[in-house]
Amino acid sequence: MQFANFIGLLALIGAVFAVPARAETPAELLTAFGLDARQSDAAFKGFSTQRGQQLFQQTHGGEWSCASCHTDTPSASGKHAKTGKAIAPLAPAVNPDRFTSSAKVEKWFRRNCNDVLGRACTSQEKGDVLSWLLSIKN
Amino acid sequence: MKMKSVTNYKAASCAWGSTWSGKKMPRIGIAASAIACLFVAPAFADREVFDTSNATYRAECGSCHIAYPAQLLPRESWQALMAGLPQHFGSDASVDVKTAKEIETYLTTNASRRVGALNAKPPLRITETRWFKHEHDEVPSRAWQSAAVKSPSNCGACHPGAERGDFSEHAVRVPN
Repeated sequence: MQFANFIGLLALIGAVFAVPARAETPAELLTAFGLDARQSDAAFKGFSTQRGQQLFQQTHGGEWSCASCHTDTPSASGKHAKTGKAIAPLAPAVNPDRFTSSAKVEKWFRRNCNDVLGRACTSQEKGDVLSWLLSIKN
Repeated sequence: MKMKSVTNYKAASCAWGSTWSGKKMPRIGIAASAIACLFVAPAFADREVFDTSNATYRAECGSCHIAYPAQLLPRESWQALMAGLPQHFGSDASVDVKTAKEIETYLTTNASRRVGALNAKPPLRITETRWFKHEHDEVPSRAWQSAAVKSPSNCGACHPGAERGDFSEHAVRVPN
């Protein structure tokens, strides 16, 4: 095979496999939290929007709650408690970019749960919060 | 706020190196740092617009605060900041290893090249540097205390272009 042909073939193979990563949906992420929660707790009984709201709005022994930055109404824009930087709304109904990448979602839960609860959140807790956020319509 | 003359600027920026540690520098250190400043400071003094367009840096660091220009801290400062991300000024700002490496390379490649004192502790905040204090010495204290400013790290309160690295003096609007 000539060199140019070989390069062309490589490019073709690359094009076939370089399908852009499909955006995830909040519903898919919620399903994944559910599967994980069931795996770590056989008694898992689904998510609760009420528990999610409580977790989000209450402090947990520290200075901050999730609402300190995201406000009590996640359909509104928030503001970083320390730097004052604007934070786009969390509720997917008003901000369709939210909860469309599991990597991003995991990163922020990791950081923010550590800030608010001083530990990682469980899949149960993440699912509770997400189901509450999904219940908010504008 | 009027831009200082280059001569004053050099004196101020170079004093920064000798105060990092709070200890007196050996004479040879002062001489070395003075020579270094003579060469480095004038070029830096004229800069008011910085390239902060690195996408990873903006996405990761610019989500909680503005993407502070890499040029405003020396590489030792950025290294220290990157090493302490899980406790970043009271907040967990950790990123994965690959991302951290990419950001650190970007920051240290574009860092200020001013020379600090030997064995000195690098500043972790731009607002701690003598350069920053000198540049802002005409800002009245009531402006710092204004609710619109809140913190000296809130560059955008007075520099409307801060978000994109533009600190042009003519655009400065200090809130009352």
